[in-house]
Amino acid sequence: MRAVSSEKTTPPVLVFWIAAGWIGFCLFPWYMLEDGLWSFGWLFDGYPFDEDYAPALFLVGQGEKLWLAPLLIPLALPLLVLRRPKSDPAYARILILSGALGIVWIIAQGFGIGIRGFTYDWLTALFGELDDRQYGMGYGAMICATAFLFLFTQGIAARGAINGDVFVVSAIGGVIAIVTAFVFFPIARMLFAAFITEDGAYSIAVFFSKFFDDRLWGLGCLSGTRCGAAWNSLFLAILVGFITTVLGLAFALVVTRSGFRHKRALRALTVLPIITPPFVIGLALILLFGLSGTVSEAVAEAFGIQPTRWLYGLPGVLIAQTLAFTPIAFLVLIGVVEGVSPSMEEAAQTLRANKWQTFRTVSLPLMRPGLANAFLLGFIESMADFGNPLVLGGNFDVLSTEIFFAIVGAQYDQGRAAVLAMVLLFFTLSAFYAQRMWLGKKSYTTVTGKGDAGVHPVMPRGLSIPVHCVVISWALFTVIVYGMIVYGSLVELWGVNNTLTFKHYVTAFSIGMTEHGLHWSGAAWDSFWTTIMIAAIAAPLTAAVGLVTAYLLTRQSFAGKNAFEFGTMLSFAIPGTVIGVSYILAFNVPPIEITGTGIILVISFIFRNMPVGVRAGIASMSQLDRSLDESSLTLGANSWQTFRKVILPLLRPAILAALVYSFVRAMTAISAVIFLVSAEYDMATSYIIGRVENNDYGLAIAYSTTLIFVMLAAVGLLQLLVGRVRIGRRMHHATERPA
Amino acid sequence: MTGTTLGSKAAPVRFDGVSKVFGKDVVAVDSIDLQVDAGKLVTLLGPSGCGKTTTLRMIAGLEMASSGRILIGDRDVTRLPATDRDVSMVFQSYALFPHMSVLENVMYGLTFSGFVKEEARNRAMQGLDLVGLKGFDTRLPSELSGGQQQRVAVARALVLEPQVLLFDEPLSNLDAKLRRQVREDIRAIQQDLGLTVVYVTHDQEEALAVSDEIVVMRNAAIAQIGTPRQLYDAPNDRFVADFIGEANLLHCEIVSVEGDEATIDIEGYRHRLPARGLPPGPATIAVRPSRLVIGRDEGVPATVAKATYVGVRMEYTLTGGFGQVFAVHDDVDTPLEPGTEVHMGFATRGPVLLPDED
Repeated sequence: MRAVSSEKTTPPVLVFWIAAGWIGFCLFPWYMLEDGLWSFGWLFDGYPFDEDYAPALFLVGQGEKLWLAPLLIPLALPLLVLRRPKSDPAYARILILSGALGIVWIIAQGFGIGIRGFTYDWLTALFGELDDRQYGMGYGAMICATAFLFLFTQGIAARGAINGDVFVVSAIGGVIAIVTAFVFFPIARMLFAAFITEDGAYSIAVFFSKFFDDRLWGLGCLSGTRCGAAWNSLFLAILVGFITTVLGLAFALVVTRSGFRHKRALRALTVLPIITPPFVIGLALILLFGLSGTVSEAVAEAFGIQPTRWLYGLPGVLIAQTLAFTPIAFLVLIGVVEGVSPSMEEAAQTLRANKWQTFRTVSLPLMRPGLANAFLLGFIESMADFGNPLVLGGNFDVLSTEIFFAIVGAQYDQGRAAVLAMVLLFFTLSAFYAQRMWLGKKSYTTVTGKGDAGVHPVMPRGLSIPVHCVVISWALFTVIVYGMIVYGSLVELWGVNNTLTFKHYVTAFSIGMTEHGLHWSGAAWDSFWTTIMIAAIAAPLTAAVGLVTAYLLTRQSFAGKNAFEFGTMLSFAIPGTVIGVSYILAFNVPPIEITGTGIILVISFIFRNMPVGVRAGIASMSQLDRSLDESSLTLGANSWQTFRKVILPLLRPAILAALVYSFVRAMTAISAVIFLVSAEYDMATSYIIGRVENNDYGLAIAYSTTLIFVMLAAVGLLQLLVGRVRIGRRMHHATERPA
Repeated sequence: MTGTTLGSKAAPVRFDGVSKVFGKDVVAVDSIDLQVDAGKLVTLLGPSGCGKTTTLRMIAGLEMASSGRILIGDRDVTRLPATDRDVSMVFQSYALFPHMSVLENVMYGLTFSGFVKEEARNRAMQGLDLVGLKGFDTRLPSELSGGQQQRVAVARALVLEPQVLLFDEPLSNLDAKLRRQVREDIRAIQQDLGLTVVYVTHDQEEALAVSDEIVVMRNAAIAQIGTPRQLYDAPNDRFVADFIGEANLLHCEIVSVEGDEATIDIEGYRHRLPARGLPPGPATIAVRPSRLVIGRDEGVPATVAKATYVGVRMEYTLTGGFGQVFAVHDDVDTPLEPGTEVHMGFATRGPVLLPDED
C-alpha cells in the first residue's frame, strides 16, 4: 500500500515549496527592512504599496522594479507538474528548469542592479541609464530563492539522483548553497578587492604594489629595524607550533606513562582553551610582567632595575599563545600517545630493547604523525590568533592584526586588507592542506576493536625527570596566570592601589530597581545580553547545519563528496580576521546587505563553528550501525523520517555537545566579531577589547572573569546533562522491567 | 483480538540479467536470472563474497542494480528506493532501534504505511503474539535475550505484510541450540502465512532444513538452483557437490553408456549409475560419506588410515590409489582398526557423475 500512494498524488513537499515561492513573491516585503521584519512597523506604514515595504508582486503591479517580473515565469512553471506523476520525464525537467531559472535570475538581477542603478558599465551601455535602483534583498527574496533552490533539488531527485531521495538531494543542495553564499562568495569578493584601484577599476599593478610592500615582506629585523608582518607571523607560528607540541607531548606522557598522582587535574587543563576568551591570557601576562606588573615590580625592587616593556612584542605574544594553545596540543597528543598499541612496546621490550631504546625506536616514531598534526594545529591557531597580538603585540606586527588596522585604522585600505588576508589565508590553508592530505593517510595509531591487552610502559627515567619538571612548572604557571585573572578583577587599580574591591563588577553588572522594575544599569549588560542572544541563536543553527552535513558525509555517497567535505571543513582553516574582512567587503553592498545587523554575527558564527558540529556528528554517527538506517528504510520510512526518528534520537549527546560548544565558542570569539559589531549589536569580547584600549583593565578583567565562569557553567551543565542522559536510560530500564 | 489478522500479499520476485558493479570494476553480481515464486522460501547460499548478500540488498532496494531488471509481482522496481518497495528485511544484527520499546519497534513501519494508531497497535500486538513475545511490548531491546531480539526483528518485518520478506543470515548471532529452534519457527510462520521469503545464509545445513528452493552462488554468479534434495542428490558440478554436504570426489573412467545408464571403472571396480548426459571418457564421481560401502570382497582396494568413534557412528579415513576419502559407518560395535585392508564400494543410489573440470 505504501508503494501505491507515493506515485499518484503530488508530494506535499513540492506543494509546500511552490506555495512558499508564491508567498515570498506576493506577501513578504521583497527588500531588506530598515527596522527588521520582527518590528512589524512596516505592516502599518504603507504596506503593501509603499516602495520600501512592498512585496515583489505589488512592486511589479505598480510598474516599479520591473526586472522582478520575469520571476513570475519560474514561479508559474511548477504549477504544470501538479497533476503529473513523478515518473513523467517532464516532471523533472520542468522543476529543474524553473528552479534554475529562478535562482539564476535572482542572482543576476541582484548583482546587476545595485544602489546606483546598473552595477556594470556594459549593462548601462546595453540598456541605457537606469533611473531606478535597489537595496539589499530581504525576506521575500530570501524565501523566494530558497523555494527555487528546493524546486531545483526536487527536480534533480526526480531524475533519479541518489535513488530519487528528495531529502538527501535537498540537504546537499542546501548545504552547498549556504556554504557558497557565506564562505566562498565572501572570500572570492575579498580576492577581487585586492585588485581594485582607488577609483574602482581593476588592476594587477595595484595588487603587486600592495603585495610586495615592505611592511609585508621586509627583512629589516636582520639588520636591526622591523621585519614584515608576513615573516613575523610565520616565525611566530612556527615557534608556537613547536613549543606547544613539545609541551603537549610532555603533558601527554605524564598523563599516560607515569605514576603521576594528579592526572585528573592535568586533564582538567584541556578545558581551559574552550572557556577562555582569546585575549584574556594576554591581559593576565600584563598584570604579571607589564610595566607595573607584580613580577616586574618585585624584580625591580630586588635588583634595582627599571622595569622595561620587554613583554610587548614577540616574547609576550609567544608566551601568551603558548599558554593558550598548549592544552590543544595536549588534547590531540593524549589520543595519539594512548593510541600507540601497548603490544608493540611490549614486543620491543621482549626483543631486548630497554625502556629508553623502546621509547626512542618504537613509541616516538609511531607518534610522529600525531606530533606533526599537533604542530600544524598550533601553527594554524597562532596564525589566526587575533586577541593576544592585539593586546601584547606592541611594534611586532602580525598579519591578523595588520588586517584589522588596515580596515579600521586611519589608513582604511580595503585592498591592503584583502592582500594581507590572502597571504594569511595562504599560510593557514597550506597547513590545513598538509594536515589533511599528508597526515590523513599516515596515522599509525589504529584502534581496531580487537581487545589489546597490555600496559603502556612507564617513561625511561632519564626522560621522566625533565618531563615532570617541565610539566609541573608549566602547569603551575598556568594556574598562576588564571589566578591572576580572578585576582586582578578584584583589585582597585593594578599596580597603583592594590586594595580589594568589587568596584569593577559593580560598574559592569549592577542592577538597579526603578519604578518600572529591574533596571540593568551596569555598563556591560548590553553587550552581555547581545552576546548571549546571538550565541543562543547561532548555536542550534550551527548544530543543525553541522549534523546534517555529518549525516551526508557518513551515510550517503554522491558524486563530488570529497570536494563537498573539503569545502565544509575549509572554514576551519580560514582565520577569523579573514572571515571578518571578507564579510565586510561582501555584505556591505546589495544584493546581500547585512553588515551592522545581528544576522551577520549569527551567520559568521555558524560558518566559523560549523566544523565543530560536523566533527561531533561524524564521530558519533560512525558509531551507529548502518543497519539501523537500512532497517528503517526497508520498513517504509523515507530518509527524512529515518533521520528524525532513528538517527537524531540516538545522537542526543552529540547534539547537546555541539550545541554547548558552538554556544561557548560564539561567546569567546573575537577575531571575526570585531569587524562585524555595530553600535546596536556590540559583543562582550569586542567591548572588553575596547576597555583594554582605554587602559580600563579592571573592568576588562572583571568582565572576562565573568565570561569564564559563565562558560564554565555551560560546559559543566553539558557534562551533567550528557551524564544524565545515560543514567536516565539505565534507570528507565530498571523501572520498566516487569517484576 | 480484533477482526483483522495478519496475512500476506506474497508476490513473486524476478531478476532479469541483473548485475551489480561496485566502483569501476568490482563485479559483485554478474548478470543473474532468478525466479522466486510467490509463497516460497528460497535460500541464497554460498561462501562469503559470492554476492548473495548483494543480491538480497538489491531486492530490498538498499543497493541499486547496475544493469538488468528486478520485478516484484508485476511491478518493475529496479529504480525504486527501499522506502517505496513493499519489502521488509530482518538484519543480521537485528537493527532494533535501541531508543524505542519493543512495541514501538514493531509499530515503526506501520506508522509509515497509513495505519491509524489504534490499528497499528493491534497489528503490532498480533505480530508479537505470533512470534511468542506477548507481554514483552514495553521492554527495551537491550532487556531481551538474543533470541528474543531476533523474534522482535521478525515481528517488525512481518506485520507490514510485505510482498517479500528478506532474511540476512538471521541465525548467525544465535547459539547452536537456539538456531535449530528459531529456524523451525521461521519456517512455520512462513508456511502458515504463505509468505515469499528470500533467505541468505552460508550454512548449508540451515539452507537444506528451511528451503523450498536453494540458489547456490559462486563468484558473483549462480552455480545451481534446485530443491534441497536435487542439490544434494544431483549436484551440477564439483563446487556444488562439495559445498552442499560433504562429498568425496574421485576420478573415474566412463567405460560405456547405454541409454541413460553409464558404467564406470576405478582401478578395476565397475559400478553402474545414471549417465546424466556424459560421454564415455574421464569423469568425476561424487560420493557422500554415507554412500561408501566398506567391505572385504568387492570394490576398490583401500586401507583404513584413521578410525574415529563419535558416538552415533564411526568415521573412517581411507587411503588408496584414488587418494583419500572420508566415510561413515553405522556399525559402532565392530569397528575396523587402522591399517586394515578393505575394499571400498559404492551404494546403488546416491553417487553421481560430474564432468571432469580439468
